[in-house]
Amino acid sequence: MSRASLTTDSSSSENSTEPNAGACAEQTRRTVLLGAIATTACLGCSAHARADEGPPGSDERPQKGDVLVFSEGDKEGKLVTAADLPAGGPPVHAWPKDPKTSVVRSASRLNEILIIRLDPAELDEKTGARAIDGIIAYSAICSHAGCPVTAWVKSDVGDKEVFKCMCHNSEYDPRAGAQVVFGPAPRRLAALPLALADGSLSVAGNFIGKVGGAQPG
Amino acid sequence: MKTSRKASMIRKQWLLSGVVAFTCLASTAAVSGPIENYAPVTAQRLENPEPSNWMLYRRTYDGHGYSPLDQINTSNVKNLTPVWTFATGVVEGHEAPPIVNNGVMFVATPMGQVIALNAKTGDEYWRYKRQLPDDLFQLHPTSRGVGLWEDKLYLATTDDHVVALDAKTGKVVWDTKVQDYKKGQYMTLMPLTVDGKVIVGGSGGEFGVRGYIAAYDAKDGKELWRTFTIPGEGEPGHDTWQGDDWKNGGGSAWMTGNYDKETKTIYWGVGNAAPWPGETHPGDNLYTSSVLALDPNTGKIKTYHQYHQNDSWDWDEVDAPMLIDLQRDGRNIKSLVHPGRDAIFWILERTPTKINYVAGWPFVSTDVWKGIEPESGKPIVDPAHKPVIGKRVEFCPSLWGGKDWPSAAYSQKTGLVYVPANENFCGGFTGEKVALKPGELWLGTKPEDIGLKTKPGADHFGELQAWDPATGKKVWQHNFPKSQLFGSVTATAGDLIFVGGTNDRNFRAFNAKTGELLWEQKTNSGIMGMPVSYEIDGTQYIAIQSGWGVDAQRIQDALVTNNIGIEANVPQGGVIWVFALKK
Repeated sequence: MSRASLTTDSSSSENSTEPNAGACAEQTRRTVLLGAIATTACLGCSAHARADEGPPGSDERPQKGDVLVFSEGDKEGKLVTAADLPAGGPPVHAWPKDPKTSVVRSASRLNEILIIRLDPAELDEKTGARAIDGIIAYSAICSHAGCPVTAWVKSDVGDKEVFKCMCHNSEYDPRAGAQVVFGPAPRRLAALPLALADGSLSVAGNFIGKVGGAQPG
Repeated sequence: MKTSRKASMIRKQWLLSGVVAFTCLASTAAVSGPIENYAPVTAQRLENPEPSNWMLYRRTYDGHGYSPLDQINTSNVKNLTPVWTFATGVVEGHEAPPIVNNGVMFVATPMGQVIALNAKTGDEYWRYKRQLPDDLFQLHPTSRGVGLWEDKLYLATTDDHVVALDAKTGKVVWDTKVQDYKKGQYMTLMPLTVDGKVIVGGSGGEFGVRGYIAAYDAKDGKELWRTFTIPGEGEPGHDTWQGDDWKNGGGSAWMTGNYDKETKTIYWGVGNAAPWPGETHPGDNLYTSSVLALDPNTGKIKTYHQYHQNDSWDWDEVDAPMLIDLQRDGRNIKSLVHPGRDAIFWILERTPTKINYVAGWPFVSTDVWKGIEPESGKPIVDPAHKPVIGKRVEFCPSLWGGKDWPSAAYSQKTGLVYVPANENFCGGFTGEKVALKPGELWLGTKPEDIGLKTKPGADHFGELQAWDPATGKKVWQHNFPKSQLFGSVTATAGDLIFVGGTNDRNFRAFNAKTGELLWEQKTNSGIMGMPVSYEIDGTQYIAIQSGWGVDAQRIQDALVTNNIGIEANVPQGGVIWVFALKK
């Protein structure tokens, strides 16, 4: 329709107030409590903790020996095995899980992981050295504004499929240590070393690199 | 510890729920402050601002985006030159107007930062840096400004707090949690201050929130009222929803409202219904894609007008309508003027009890609407271009609409409305039913399925348009062949129109009467902010933030994949630019 052809002429409120517990003494005590659990250095009221959600350990970063479970889909909560990973992608989204306590470390969204199986011949030297049968894992948190990296799509600037954050279009090549190939992300995704035993995947060490966005808001 | 863990956790939760904290916080890096002789902001000053100041989002409560200063004008604007700049130190979209009160400038940036500067010299008084939570992620990492009241500033943050700062020192006076950022609630708007109330609206339409507008006591941060933009059970308009759709129906309210000081009515724009395909939320879906008229004292909805029903295109109508006294069709009309994201230039009439439809016409081409019902003002949809479940549907304009949130301006001198529009963009997606997970994107389609296409043979995209709202005639238009136009417009009494918004990083001045391009300055980044004008010691200044990001960047990415010859790399990083005439 053309722009010219369309012309024609011719409550209540729901209140909700947060409790007001703001006093300096309370703030100090709260800060002490936060001290054990907060990952941020901020001691002001803008600090936020997640320890009020989930059992102990559920917001801790992946630990060596953790197993991996699906974080979404029909298999949510089930162990991720090598057989679950189709060659060439797409990635599986997973949480680390403490095998001793059975606590899934899902209380912090910074713990979500992308696991993918690629052709070992496509991996660069460093990535290949970390891979097991072409299986590699990365943080699922974009290094730009901290959004989840959700897509496995053809790159805007190449022929290969890449991880893509749909918030601001940052793209990462998992074959090359998840280096940034497009978009505003300032650095690669953090990598997570894996181990494979009897077809089951587990975490072999801490994240390599910083997890999370450079500029969250 | 073992035996007391549960009790400790409960106490910890209770302590964590304390959300108002007073002056014991220390997140300000004061450098050179404090500011001396700060001029307190009163109701009288906001209702009748001095010509030399820019203290509200659009300078005046009517939302005109017009400065009465005319030292810089069509005859001398060619001599406009930078007098100082200031790097903000952060990237992403710098969308806020530099707010100016008697020689002091307050600039909000992404990352919850506020910088206080000497508006004449560019020297820093103080800087507030909010410590945002590590696990926050942000679809729209930006801030659109700080509201002023008496001796305080008010910042709405992306982790969903309202923070009051001492204007003289930048110290936190109070900090009130509004909603839970972990559930997709956040704010980017500049708070509206009216009679001692700090009024904000929530973002989060893409996360399945139920939108709201809320007011806080400027003195202590206590919540005074909260009005949901989607009526609850038993409230008028609730029957425009089915089942539980209303609970997560969107209707976020993420832009600053305007205010009719005579009738004491706030006019606030409301966003799209969620998720995107209308099939997932049958009904008209009040009050999404509407303007609400609210009592600022109580939050009570006085009346409303819904621009379009059962939104399916992500067409927020959050940019508040301008309040313009019009001579039209032989009568005086207290109008509401809104160039919509839905591609329709709306003229409405505001009365104490009702908002009447007056006229509407497409200001960019659209295939979605077949016409407008003349009595009700309801647009008539073409079902072939309304997204549905399970089938890809294309529509024009794109989901960014004819004009997104960047503001149009009204010149009280020329009587024209200046619109930052986009033409020749179309979009499309395949709708799907998706279960809502709190805090996760909930679009009703795959994010990677969202497209922006340019029309074959298009010779331009951005359009700066000048319309006469009294006659509905377009007076002039400036086309941008290689760029979108994604920045707010400001008019001045010097018969000038200032706008950035293009991917070539230019800041421009046009002749308000003719559209002639009179001046341009290449800046550090792309400009998606709002130009302002102010005066100190007899000198008129123009100020703007240059800092590309957010949706201007998203459109840019789409253009790069669509076209050859489009600027591929628009550098990011914010800088405040201030200009005056060369002496």
